[in-house]
Amino acid sequence: MNFEFSEEQLALKDEVRKFLAAKCPPDSVRALMAEGSPGIDRALWAQIAEQGWLGAAIPEEYGGLGLGYLELCCISEELGRAVAPIPFASTVYFFAEAILRAGSDAQKAVCLPKIVAGELIGAMASSEQPGPISVAKINAEVSGGKLNGTKLPVTDGSHADTAIVLAKEGGTPTQYLVDLNGPGVTRTAIETLDRSRDAARIEFNDAPAERLGGVGEGLALFEAINDRAAVLLAFEQLGGADMCLEMAKAYALDRYAFGRQIGAYQAIKHRLADMYTGNVLARGNAYYGAWALNSDAPELPVAAAGARISASEAYWFASKENIQIHGGMGYTWEVDCHLHYRRSRQLSLVAGSPRVWKNRLVTMLEKRNAA
Amino acid sequence: MDFNDTPEEAEYRAKVREWLEANAPRGLKGASLGDEDDSQLEAAKAWQAKKAAAGYAQIRWPKEWGGGGGTTIQSVIFGQEESKLGVHMGGPFAIGLGMCLPTVMATADEETKKRFVGPAVRGEEIWCQLFSEPAGGSDVAAIRTRAVRDGDEWVINGQKIWTSGAHYADFGILLVRTDPDAVKHKGLTMFWVDMKSPGIECKPIHQMSGARGFNEVFFTDVRVKDSQRLGALNDGWKVSIITLMNERASVSGSGGSRGGIAMSALRLAQRIEGEDGQPLSKDSAVREKIADWYVKSEGLRFTGLRSLTALSQGKTPRPEASVSKLVQAAGAQNIANEMIELQDQYGILLDEEFASADGQFQNMVMGAPGMRIAGGTDEILRNIIAERVLGMPGDIRVDKDLPFKDLPTGR
Repeated sequence: MNFEFSEEQLALKDEVRKFLAAKCPPDSVRALMAEGSPGIDRALWAQIAEQGWLGAAIPEEYGGLGLGYLELCCISEELGRAVAPIPFASTVYFFAEAILRAGSDAQKAVCLPKIVAGELIGAMASSEQPGPISVAKINAEVSGGKLNGTKLPVTDGSHADTAIVLAKEGGTPTQYLVDLNGPGVTRTAIETLDRSRDAARIEFNDAPAERLGGVGEGLALFEAINDRAAVLLAFEQLGGADMCLEMAKAYALDRYAFGRQIGAYQAIKHRLADMYTGNVLARGNAYYGAWALNSDAPELPVAAAGARISASEAYWFASKENIQIHGGMGYTWEVDCHLHYRRSRQLSLVAGSPRVWKNRLVTMLEKRNAA
Repeated sequence: MDFNDTPEEAEYRAKVREWLEANAPRGLKGASLGDEDDSQLEAAKAWQAKKAAAGYAQIRWPKEWGGGGGTTIQSVIFGQEESKLGVHMGGPFAIGLGMCLPTVMATADEETKKRFVGPAVRGEEIWCQLFSEPAGGSDVAAIRTRAVRDGDEWVINGQKIWTSGAHYADFGILLVRTDPDAVKHKGLTMFWVDMKSPGIECKPIHQMSGARGFNEVFFTDVRVKDSQRLGALNDGWKVSIITLMNERASVSGSGGSRGGIAMSALRLAQRIEGEDGQPLSKDSAVREKIADWYVKSEGLRFTGLRSLTALSQGKTPRPEASVSKLVQAAGAQNIANEMIELQDQYGILLDEEFASADGQFQNMVMGAPGMRIAGGTDEILRNIIAERVLGMPGDIRVDKDLPFKDLPTGR
């Protein structure tokens, strides 16, 4: 039993942290959140690609580094900490994972090297209306290789080159690859809570669609991809939650009120202790998820649910209490608290809300009890 | 990162399992700490002796001290396998082996160590920890029990409280005030004491749960030799830190099962029909609560495994035991209450013949308030996390520079 990252993995994490501190300071994230901003830092994206990190877990035969998911988790944690405004999650956790899992040899050969090179931004288009995804709520339809329907929100949809679209063919849910730069695609950027990430409404009118995986396998594949993405997103959430705690800690030591550092008052101190506690629990659950993902363990769905629920709770708590501890300053545009508050909402919702994951988790536990 | 046993760990686990299958007593009913009856105490002693003879008591301790000469991981593996068989009888020895004896080993002379360590490991002698007082709970250094020197001896008068197992303990480690003119932390000294000494009287405390596991312990002109002193005169606060650090080390890294009581909560919810005729396990509010608790308790289990990894790599684990106790106690209270409210009017039943799940959740509701206080209140634990882990400033100490005898006292 060894429940820790290796020295090499921690060294990679450190390298990513230093890189992002230089290339992705909070001020550059804030600048990207101005009205009319594209919600993507193209220069950072190119530099990340240059480092090879987009292909950390992509096999060498497709141009990736072929390291593994533990290394990818280390990168994810740092991206979350920096609130990086790039389509890393959409492209790597969702798109590349879906191709690796369900793509044909040809699809892998076309997409994966481009992803590694930073030449293909991917997106996942599943949602169409409020509430969780279900078969009944998928109206997008493919017939004769042409897709019709509307997806909203599609994270990073304005910038993505290719999307994986959940649609029905002959009434059964199936996944498709759609070239977003091709015919029949109309995209509109939509304002969201997290302006550091783009989201779009995409209309498909007879857009050419290429099947990914088997007919009728759409929902199963959707869940399998979400399981994998959930673990990686949990590391982003963890990085963000730890950053919130560090910010709150630093402020509580700097700020004086009533003649003392505010960190000396138990009302503040105990809140910090609760933030720490939430983060420790989230880290434990995320590590279990990382192990399950990396070793392709049968425990992955349970581990992913635990990682996602725990990390979503921790980041939400840490990001909101970070604002509270900063007082009035925490509510200003210039202080970084809101970057995390916003990102925590984006990350908790993008692969399905905690409510849905809790329900899934208990369904799995019921099966365990029945066994 | 590897969640599975290494080949060596798997081999050790198999060996332990085989030994336990052949030797572990079955079907014994556990009791809360200090509330064991005579037969439960005898059974616990017999099991401890058997483990010691086979090298499975204090697995991490060197063989010369009666331990197993093994690793931390091995001791956790043994605990996991013991727990899988439902054998939970280490309670009476936990305080002695986890806190008192490490203190003795760190401070006493060779002769004293030789006298006490072996019998404690073999379960022949039970120890208790005499720190808390009516006037010193969270503020342990505020204790008032006095020791006055009389030649080669000390005469002790005062009262201790919340002492688990004092009524059946053979020995105890005792923190007393030896210099009331010094400031609070500077006038304390630690001794070991024979609990059968004349002048010691134990009075079990009737807890709100109905159990009687803790005691008030009264000292009236109790005489101890100066050679029973643990550490230097007036250095008792530092010695007590050794004890409490060991408490934290012994709590963490425990086994625990997947999901813990969340799984029994789910089983209970599956058995009870709701107003719509569906099992309550299908109610989304119930599902969310069970999921929340499952994830929290798993988070604690994984945190323990991270600490264990740090220990096995020779690193110092972070003081996660405070986190563990904080989450565990308050969480148990909440989930237990959810589970009794789930039972509607039946939830009030405690009688084992009628109560659902053998009254497990009713008993937990009654035990939880104590868990949130014993061994560091929720509030003290949050202070510890904030001050020792996060580096926040300490509270304002108005008693810092005053001689102990001049401190204001309430009731």
